[in-house]
Amino acid sequence: MNVLLLSRLQFAAATLFHFLFVPLTLGLSILIAIMETKYVTTGDEDYKRMARFWGKLFLINFAIGIVTGITLEFQFGTNWSRYSKYVGDVFGSLLAIEASVAFFLESTFVAVWAFGWNRLSRKAHAATIWIVAIASNVSATWILIANAWMQNPVGYVIRNGRAELTDFFAVVTQKFAVLEVVHTASACYIISGFLVMGISAFHILRKQNTELFVKSFRIAVVFALIFSIVEVIQGHVHGTEVAEKQPTKLAAMEAHWETSAAAPIHLLAVPDEKNERNSLEFARIPGALSIIAFHSPDAIVKGLKDFPKDERPPVALTFISFRLMVGLGFLFVLLTVVGWLKRSKLDSSPVFLRIALYSIPLPFIAGQAGWVVAEVGRQPWIVYGLMRTGDAVSPIASSQVMVSLIALTVLYTLLGVANIYLLFTHARKGPVDATADTHKREE
Amino acid sequence: MLETIWFVLWGILWAVYFMLDGFDLGLGTLMPALAKNESDKQVVYGAIGPFWDGNEVWLLTAGGVTFAAFPGTYAVMFSALYSALMLILFALIVRGVALEFRNNADSVAWKKVWDVCMVFGSVLPAILFGVAFANIFQGIPIDAEGIYRGTLLTLLNAYGLLGGVFFLALFLEHGAIWLAVKSDGDLQKRAGSAARTIWPVLLVGAVVFLVVTWFRTGLYDNYLKNPVLFVIPAVAVASLLTTRVFIAKAAWWRAWFASSLVIVSATLFGVVGLFPVLLPSSLDSAYSMTIHNSASSPLTLKIMLGVALTFIPVVILYQGWVYNLFKGKATGKGTAFGDLY
Repeated sequence: MNVLLLSRLQFAAATLFHFLFVPLTLGLSILIAIMETKYVTTGDEDYKRMARFWGKLFLINFAIGIVTGITLEFQFGTNWSRYSKYVGDVFGSLLAIEASVAFFLESTFVAVWAFGWNRLSRKAHAATIWIVAIASNVSATWILIANAWMQNPVGYVIRNGRAELTDFFAVVTQKFAVLEVVHTASACYIISGFLVMGISAFHILRKQNTELFVKSFRIAVVFALIFSIVEVIQGHVHGTEVAEKQPTKLAAMEAHWETSAAAPIHLLAVPDEKNERNSLEFARIPGALSIIAFHSPDAIVKGLKDFPKDERPPVALTFISFRLMVGLGFLFVLLTVVGWLKRSKLDSSPVFLRIALYSIPLPFIAGQAGWVVAEVGRQPWIVYGLMRTGDAVSPIASSQVMVSLIALTVLYTLLGVANIYLLFTHARKGPVDATADTHKREE
Repeated sequence: MLETIWFVLWGILWAVYFMLDGFDLGLGTLMPALAKNESDKQVVYGAIGPFWDGNEVWLLTAGGVTFAAFPGTYAVMFSALYSALMLILFALIVRGVALEFRNNADSVAWKKVWDVCMVFGSVLPAILFGVAFANIFQGIPIDAEGIYRGTLLTLLNAYGLLGGVFFLALFLEHGAIWLAVKSDGDLQKRAGSAARTIWPVLLVGAVVFLVVTWFRTGLYDNYLKNPVLFVIPAVAVASLLTTRVFIAKAAWWRAWFASSLVIVSATLFGVVGLFPVLLPSSLDSAYSMTIHNSASSPLTLKIMLGVALTFIPVVILYQGWVYNLFKGKATGKGTAFGDLY
């Protein structure tokens, strides 16, 4: 295998693995902050126990999120050196700003939160988890701005044989970035909401600490419901932006081969890339693609055949991942609406509680599928329309990438197993009873 | 001018990173020698727990700034040092996870597994950072295209290995002193005696390193051109001697600050010697990556400077606050995140 393929596999593995942990950092921190704020305002000890129970799950994840994040940043230099050299003027600064503005804040204050229960007043302690929540979301925002620039490069000029920044404001505020931030953040909040709902459901089913977990469930279901709805509406706007800015990705997402007006959507199809058609197509909705992408039944949607072969992304993977993500997205709205309706009679809804428990992995799958659509759908470009992935890879020996890829796969698999085992045992065990420690200024 | 400012900031970021992560890497390495039982180990973990996260962000920032300010250097340096960097990253991952998972482990066997991860995850980066920087000081075989013409073994030359040993000694001393700050009783005594044992080794290492550097690198050229700069290695040596004085007085905080100054000035000694080169080529100096041929555009450098000058002082303020908040002795209780619940 060549350096390019190995490096792509390695980056994909590192990114997808990283994104199993980051969503909980972004979403769970907010939920915990809400719980601890309720504790501060109401004095109800249940909320403190909640914050601590969910806090431990949060911290187990946080460590892996941090260390796998460092690998991601350094891989641009190790595996994608030509990319780094060509676009570093724009892209590198976004990563550096992320580190100095936000990442420092979250990493420093997460330790203060974890170790500071006995050293800070209640209010100050609750403030630290808010700092972690805000900083980690700001941090994600900068990373997504950087990714959005790869999807839709703006604010630069080609000078001195590289892309140089001309308009920082344009890079930071472009519509594609705003949409990507909202889209990804919502996905993270849904993932976190479903995790809290599912684990709460498990304990309610077992009638353990029922009151505490009913409270947890109610906070989480509102959170997940809001962002599931936001995600569906936003997803539509996001799609129209992709239609405009990344027509090859749109065509691959829909396995749309022939340029046509009143383009249809097939809910399911089997793309046949070799013969440039779909070998099977099901559930055709006439005109739907034109309407959804361009808000007009007569709009012309360019098909894959009208793009040069060497500018088309892998169709089947993009198409299937997109179906998976969207299908799950609608399911999340349904599940959270039902959950919200049942919020006052949870203990008499064992079937729904079971569904909630087994739904925990679903938003994770949707999130992974989403990144596959975004990144695989962008191929063959590393920066859409500006630089090809094949031109971006480092001039290094494939043997060393092979070794690092194998090592990374083994290491991440072990970590993943250890992490899931820990989360699982802790989640099953439930909160420990009121501990002896007290706050500094507690009466 | 902008490039020069960024070169200085680049050097300072690496120096601060080594100063901060240095003590927890060193202490992680020393753990099996100093901690005799479970409660000792808990103190060691407790002395690292609240700080390592924030310390490692300095590495991320140093890397990020290399990328943002000198993308050409970032590209060549990181791809040339591929295997060494990957080893460092994997070691840091294993270590970070060990730090968080150990106290969630129910069995003694698992605790042992995480302890082993902690030791290897600490000693490897300590040595490899030294190997990497020594090679940067003396130059690596990069050609006109910025392609690395060597292997991992090329980096393991005598001077590179000397750098590795020197860095390890620096971090071990720093870590031993930190444990003396954070512990009491027998453990503190052992930490103190480790600091006294390592110190002569470090002194010899420093002298050998300074001498061999004269023969193996071009670092002294800048110093000979501008002798006032000799104040930097002088500070390094003076603070190393001062460290010993404070160790003898058992003034552990002061010894730690002196040892911090040793690391910062030792790093800056190399960085100032390199200027204006960031990564010398051992094939031909025309192929070296410098602040002139690898810097970002003036606009990017200006924006980044604004960000750095605003936020880095704020970072220093709140990290200082955190060190102050947790300035007491580390106890066996509540030593890692998971232990608190």
